[in-house]
Amino acid sequence: MRSAILVFPGINRERDMARALRLTSGREPAMVWHTDTALPAGTDLVVVPGGFSYGDYLRCGAIAARAPVMDAVRHFAGVGGLVLGVCNGFQILCEAGLLPGVLMRNEALKFICRDVYLKVERSDTSFTRGYNAGQVIRVPVAHGEGNYVADAQTLARLEGEGRVLFRYVAPDGSLDAAWNVNGATAAIAGILNEAGNVLGMMPHPENHVEPRMGVTDGRGLFAGLVDHFRQAA
Amino acid sequence: MASNEPKITSELIAEHGLKPEEYQRLLDLIGREPTFTELGIFSAMWNEHCSYKSSKIHLRTLPTKAPWVIQGPGENAGVIDIGDGLAVVFKMESHNHPSYIEPYQGAATGVGGILRDVFTMGARPIACLNALRFGDPAHPKTRHLVAGVVAGIGGYGNSFGVPTVGGLVGFHRRYDGNCLVNAMAVGLAEADRIFYAKATGVGKPIVYLGSKTGRDGIHGATMASAEFGESAEEKRPTVQVGDPFSEKLLLEACLEIMAKDCVIAIQDMGAAGLTCSAVEMGAKGDLGVVLDLDAVPCREEGMSAYEMMLSESQERMLMVLKPEKEAEAEAIFRKWGLDFAVVGETTPGKRFIVRHGAAVMADLPIKELGDEAPVYDRPYVETARRPIVKASDVAPPVPVADALLRLIGSPDLCSKRWVWEQYDHVILGNTVQRPGGDAAVVRVLDGPKALALTTDVTPRYCEADPVEGGKQAVAEAWRNLTAVGARPLALTDNLNFGSPERPETMGQLVGCIRGIAQACQALDFPVVSGNVSLYNETNGRAILPTPTIGGVGLIDEFTRSTTLAFKAADQAILLVGEVTGWLGQSLYLREICAREEGAPPPVDLAAERRNGDLVRALIADGLASAVHDVSDGGLLVAIAEMAMASGIGAKLDAAPIAAHAFWFGEEQGRYVLTATAAAAAAIITRADSAGVPIRRLGSTGGDALTAKGERPILVAELRESFEAWFPAYMAGGVA
Repeated sequence: MRSAILVFPGINRERDMARALRLTSGREPAMVWHTDTALPAGTDLVVVPGGFSYGDYLRCGAIAARAPVMDAVRHFAGVGGLVLGVCNGFQILCEAGLLPGVLMRNEALKFICRDVYLKVERSDTSFTRGYNAGQVIRVPVAHGEGNYVADAQTLARLEGEGRVLFRYVAPDGSLDAAWNVNGATAAIAGILNEAGNVLGMMPHPENHVEPRMGVTDGRGLFAGLVDHFRQAA
Repeated sequence: MASNEPKITSELIAEHGLKPEEYQRLLDLIGREPTFTELGIFSAMWNEHCSYKSSKIHLRTLPTKAPWVIQGPGENAGVIDIGDGLAVVFKMESHNHPSYIEPYQGAATGVGGILRDVFTMGARPIACLNALRFGDPAHPKTRHLVAGVVAGIGGYGNSFGVPTVGGLVGFHRRYDGNCLVNAMAVGLAEADRIFYAKATGVGKPIVYLGSKTGRDGIHGATMASAEFGESAEEKRPTVQVGDPFSEKLLLEACLEIMAKDCVIAIQDMGAAGLTCSAVEMGAKGDLGVVLDLDAVPCREEGMSAYEMMLSESQERMLMVLKPEKEAEAEAIFRKWGLDFAVVGETTPGKRFIVRHGAAVMADLPIKELGDEAPVYDRPYVETARRPIVKASDVAPPVPVADALLRLIGSPDLCSKRWVWEQYDHVILGNTVQRPGGDAAVVRVLDGPKALALTTDVTPRYCEADPVEGGKQAVAEAWRNLTAVGARPLALTDNLNFGSPERPETMGQLVGCIRGIAQACQALDFPVVSGNVSLYNETNGRAILPTPTIGGVGLIDEFTRSTTLAFKAADQAILLVGEVTGWLGQSLYLREICAREEGAPPPVDLAAERRNGDLVRALIADGLASAVHDVSDGGLLVAIAEMAMASGIGAKLDAAPIAAHAFWFGEEQGRYVLTATAAAAAAIITRADSAGVPIRRLGSTGGDALTAKGERPILVAELRESFEAWFPAYMAGGVA
């Protein structure tokens, strides 16, 4: 799996993502500067990592969504390439129009860093084939604006088309407002685009991939992607 | 010389914080009346914050050397060798005054400043910690300060992209008018690629990097060198505004040009901005500096020389570049969208010359500005000893179980989750032990090594006995590092006190430094960097003496670090260290008996070392399954914390002395360990042969904490009390 990580000024989890991709795919990802106008030839997966692009002084992700490299990403996604956006990356993909909805400030109006439990809603996607449907995984969040909001029609479509891939749940997998870390609508933590090739999610699977560090629940996402491309090859 | 600058009057001199005798010294030095800009420069260099004039002679007594110390105090940060060609660069610094005036920006720029100190030396920051002290929770301003400071620390560190992995938060009415915000940053560098402030070579370009200069923060360092009165709010304009985004760019750009070998010397612009950084680079290198202010990138039009020289705008650096690398360095900075301007050069003359327009605005001897600032041996009185409080003179007002629940739900002992969940503590993917344990553990690169990091001090001990309090602060940091299995290597100290012009306060400073020095010596734990913050007082009322210690230790194999959580039921619980039932200055005495009195527990440094060395060896040999140091609140609080961290209860034997003194005494040099039955026997044998007191306390198991003869408390009930106070307080519920 050849992956490319986008680097905007102010992005700060690109190293975490690069390590996770290196450990799971055995291949060093390419780092793509925001002013580049093309992705490296042969890119399988584009990752928009977490951070505070351009300081997030304007609406989160709004400036990055208009960076030169994003035209190449739109084209890549348009022809079916897989795109993963995590945290600020999710916000950027929403701002870029590649995913519907918006990430508002956390309900408690504070930045929150803690491990959360996610229910993997489906396992029959390129991104979640490394998990079982209904599986509960533990991964960290670290964000101030992760409260997913969309209009009723969009939400109905997301739910109806099975495009909600991750939801904040209690450790036993049940929906519980107390475990919905940022107050997201319908406890949505991650969604797919209509074509199923763009995933945005607030939690950080890249921080939970190493056995020596303890929890490895984030590994399934990357291992699944590696598997996907291995089979495609 | 300059025209249209204000005339120098005695009022103007006083406003600049210079005493008449200091001004006379200035006149003697330069042989004429200074210009307004020169007066500003002197005030910036000779204030307490930049010159350490009241503390210098005492700081010189601190042990600063060890075979693993690469750079001790005097540079931007301390540097220690951790093997494998790697070095750790770290320092702690206060941002107390600004944080009280404007908590969010004050705390944020405190974090920004200390991060710059670390990456200025060529290190990539890998962790931040902090130590926060606020006033009485019931004080009307406290909640606002806590909310702002915590948000500011998080706002800066989270955006910059460094995990904030540890710290402490305490409350006491003596901080009502002066909160303390001490921020520590830790970075990793190649041991042979450390960058220093000392300029070398004549005619080398001096380059200004980073954000533009504005009118913010003018006189920040001078403000930080005076006590507060009623009008502290009016000083708001002296507080700078932080921009973590620019700092992140500055980090990446600096590390990139360092890697390309462009840099001769580098100094961040912190306190007293352009003045301090330029003077330090020149003075350290025995060189002169000429600055051309017309070239300084400014955010506002019409800034005067005075304003530019004293601005404390953030996210700026000054560098002496290798001339042949200028174009390459400029291209890197342009790529990151940062300002890059040649603003001067090094000269042979040892003069500090500042030009603006056609005029010379300052022409001063550079060594005297920096190295030869006034040094005071201020009069001090030793703090009177306090009587020892006998346990038999403390009648327990409530049963042990009730006291425990109240203690762990009190502001100082309760869970600080509300605070540290606002800090990204997992970014970079190397956080092995998160906040809430004895020390944070952060993996070095991909391992196997890891650093243990902690911040500690017990101000009420320092108030009661500065020497013992100083010893205790160092010993507790050393102990916390030991408890996770680390070998303590070095520390940074952040000395927060009231006015040094008051002999009683000066006595506290001298006493604490004496205690710190003794402990550093006995524990082979040198000071490699530090910061002194004086004049922490409002309307003549000083803070508790607070010499915060930031400790760094090394773990060879991070997967073998220990945590405080019980690991399984039916394991033996052991106490390492002596039992005397010392209640003087304990939290039990304060929180349960409403008495703040007595001598603090003494620190026997020989025993401290013996006990700690044994515990570290037991961890290395895999004998101890859980380890926790015994500190604030005493033994039962420590055991309760181990139970809460695991959800496993404990059954404890009856107290061998008066129960309240046994369970809540704060004797020093102690650890609680758990072990399997076989390991426990081995541990006891090892302790006996090492001459270390050891005692069985009981065993783990069940869902309650039960001390024989006392009411059992469910672990769930403990957790509820532990977690309740902070969120309830911040929501306005309790005072």
